[in-house]
Amino acid sequence: MSHHIVEFKDVHFRYPDGTEALKGLSLRITHGEAVGIVGANGSGKSTLLMHTNGYLLPQSGTITIGDLQLDKRTRKEIRKKVGLIFQNPDDQLFMPTVFDDVAFGPLNLGLQPDRVLERVIEALKTVGCLALKDKPPHHLSGGQKSAVAIATVIAMQPDILVMDEPASHLDPKSRRLLISLLRNFEHTKVIASHDLDLILDVCRRCVIIKEGRVVADGPVEEILSDRQLLEANNLELPLSLQKRELPSGGTMDDISKLHHLLEHWAEHNEEHASTYLDWSHKADALGKTELAAILRKIAEETEKLDGLFNKAGDLCRQGGISS
Amino acid sequence: MRFDNAYFNLGYLDTLSYRDTIIHRLDPRTKLMATLFFIVTVVSFPMYEVSGLLPFLLFPVLLFSLADIPVKFIMKKVLLVSTFAFFIGIFNPVFDRQAMYVFYGVTVSGGWVSFLSIMIKFFLTITSALLLIATTSFPGICRALQKFGIPDIFISQLLFLYRYIFVLAEEAMKVVRARDIRSFGKRGKEMTAFTGIVGTLFLRTVERAERIYQAMLSRGFSGALHTAKPYGFTGADAVFLTITVTVLYLLRVHDVVGAMGRLSISIF
Amino acid sequence: MHMADALLSPAVGATFWAASLGAIAYCSKKLKENPDDKLIPMMGVLGAFIFAAQMINFTIPGTGSSGHLGGGMILAIILGPYAAFIVMASVLTVQALFFADGGLLALGCNIWNLGIYPCFIAYPLIYKPLTKAGNTSKRIVVAALISGVVALQLGAFSVVIETMLSGRSELPFNTFVLLMQPVHLAIGLVEGFVTAGVINFVRAARPEILESVTSSRQLSPDVSIRKVFVGLLVVAVLTGGALSWFASANPDGLEWSIEKVFGRPELPEQETGIAHVLKNIQGKTAFLPDYNFKTGEKKAGGQESGKDEKTWPSAEPGTSVSGVLGSALVLGLIFLIGFGIRVVRKNKT
Repeated sequence: MSHHIVEFKDVHFRYPDGTEALKGLSLRITHGEAVGIVGANGSGKSTLLMHTNGYLLPQSGTITIGDLQLDKRTRKEIRKKVGLIFQNPDDQLFMPTVFDDVAFGPLNLGLQPDRVLERVIEALKTVGCLALKDKPPHHLSGGQKSAVAIATVIAMQPDILVMDEPASHLDPKSRRLLISLLRNFEHTKVIASHDLDLILDVCRRCVIIKEGRVVADGPVEEILSDRQLLEANNLELPLSLQKRELPSGGTMDDISKLHHLLEHWAEHNEEHASTYLDWSHKADALGKTELAAILRKIAEETEKLDGLFNKAGDLCRQGGISS
Repeated sequence: MRFDNAYFNLGYLDTLSYRDTIIHRLDPRTKLMATLFFIVTVVSFPMYEVSGLLPFLLFPVLLFSLADIPVKFIMKKVLLVSTFAFFIGIFNPVFDRQAMYVFYGVTVSGGWVSFLSIMIKFFLTITSALLLIATTSFPGICRALQKFGIPDIFISQLLFLYRYIFVLAEEAMKVVRARDIRSFGKRGKEMTAFTGIVGTLFLRTVERAERIYQAMLSRGFSGALHTAKPYGFTGADAVFLTITVTVLYLLRVHDVVGAMGRLSISIF
Repeated sequence: MHMADALLSPAVGATFWAASLGAIAYCSKKLKENPDDKLIPMMGVLGAFIFAAQMINFTIPGTGSSGHLGGGMILAIILGPYAAFIVMASVLTVQALFFADGGLLALGCNIWNLGIYPCFIAYPLIYKPLTKAGNTSKRIVVAALISGVVALQLGAFSVVIETMLSGRSELPFNTFVLLMQPVHLAIGLVEGFVTAGVINFVRAARPEILESVTSSRQLSPDVSIRKVFVGLLVVAVLTGGALSWFASANPDGLEWSIEKVFGRPELPEQETGIAHVLKNIQGKTAFLPDYNFKTGEKKAGGQESGKDEKTWPSAEPGTSVSGVLGSALVLGLIFLIGFGIRVVRKNKT
């Protein structure tokens, strides 16, 4: 196995309409690396990804995947090594059932039916979707779709996983599941995304692309904490590294979180008593004894809660500002 | 909000087809053949036939019950279905006023009898078509058609069509909602606005087809669509088909209603 | 307008099924001659697009009523006739299943009426020649309007023919034609306008798409449309003839005769049961004065009833009562069975 699994050398690409998408891009990715590709809209990220599996071919410069240099003849071979996962799983899942879809790649590889079956089951198990085998894709939730889309690619057992905005269609919980799934993969990973927190969670290395060139390349913690560098590229600090300013003036600590929750509770008064009790303990721990007492009362009472919610809200507002 | 209704109806019918009942488990070929045989038998009755058609209600009723299909939902769809048969049939009483039947002093003309016959046939054929799709997944029907020798190209693109109906209909629904929100009364629903919407939808569709093709290529597509998993024609299928065909034939050639009537008269 | 199962006789339905299947097989063969990987997903997704677009309604100017897209012309212009016909057939198949538009037996007729004419008549014989010399948007409008009208007129006329041949409707041929053609003139104009609008929209926004999708899928120059059409007709006539020959051996008799098409259908020679009773009744039936409505050439089909001046039918009340009673019993029994199964199922779960 070669050391450099992906190598772009001075790659140029211009679309038929004249847009110069890649202007001498060079990049090396070694075996087992997880690399995040970030950059502003139109910086050339997608064009870069399209080159990794030979959908587009470089107009000048060279691309090497494993031992093969990418050209018209090798691109079929290269597509077996590079698994490309598209931004919208609806584009990726085009067969009538999940099973057929995951089997599509292995069947095209010319595998025997029993080997195909094995691969499909293994891939679906990996992403935790074996139970969905016979469902049609349009009956899946967004999170299931993206998991199955990943399964369709890993069933081909590629060396490299290339993903374009893998989490853009997902709700927070599915996104979190996807992140833990990706962290467990040992494949070489290349992920292009605006979701910097996802990159921070999954990748060790981060590359910033601007106007078709690499402008920064380094450990993810370094690149994604450099506010100036990020802002120069239409990016910002990952949310997890930001200290959020709230409209009320306080910070997003527990008390202001509680403040938001209280508004919600006042509207839909259906939370379990234990939730209120949990929060009363938290308030106690923060030294807000009055607040804690009101929360305990909320947990016990079933009627006339509105007043209590309001009072607790007021206390939070004072607490939030003072803290 | 007609669009939403059509879309959600489509989705519901599709969901029904993935249920798991004794009828759903039958081979799609069996159900397709039985349905076609049923329809041909029903429409083979001559134009003034009414009573001979009634026993055929047995089939939809059995399917509704055995496959656990909500009757109300299907009936609503039957009522909403294109009313062409009604519009053409309703002319029969106009043109055929020849008295044909007298029942307690009320004279019924041949036109009304043939109209009633058309409407019963309409009900039976439409219900059976809807029941077919409510009990058989669309990919299953495609596979059955493939087994019957329909060309591969037709089947492959039909499967793509089915897969993307839901995606594109959702996309269209968003555009339609955006239009309806901003159009007051009739305005905004003119043909020019419509062509704009459809044009935009078309461009998006072509772009999507491009991306799908890309996704296919990146998974080794080289011109042939392989599918795994053939259905099995089981003993249950043979039994179902034999019984259906036999009963349909018997109902076609024997006058069940007349026999029942004579029987009941002789009893009372 | 979708043809409906209930208006068809089995022979007519089967004939058009055979013809449409033949056309699908022919088009598939043609497409295989120039394989293009991208075509299948493109066809499928465009079929879904037409389906979705049909679900959007719009206001027809001047009438206030709402219309929707047929799509045959758009498909033919974009995909060429062979692929367009297959896609149109698929769209109609999905409609027949999910929306029960027309029904399954009528599907063959509907594929013929809404697929063959735009793809193999209007597009190659009208639209293409008209837009050959210079592709301005005005030309596109004119060509699309004429093609749309022609395709729908032919389609509507086919509906009339199919209905007449089936002999389930008593609409006289002339009245039927007068009913169908003008309505479809309007629908055809709308279809033409919408087709032109969409094509021009796409041409303005992304001209390269039209070209890239369209290229290489046109009729190859060596194929004459006439040959294709004649071939299809021969298939249709042969299957129709064979089927009607088979069918006429049946007791039902298939009403193919020309008097059937132009005159009033006769009461079929029915063998058993209530129909027999009805025939007896009708044999003894006289025209009520109020009902004596048909005159002139209608008389020819009016059977013996015209001669009989007796004013009240002397039906055998016993048999008609037994018919009604029998019907009620059969229906009751059927619903009892259905209800019973439901109850058993519920108890099980």
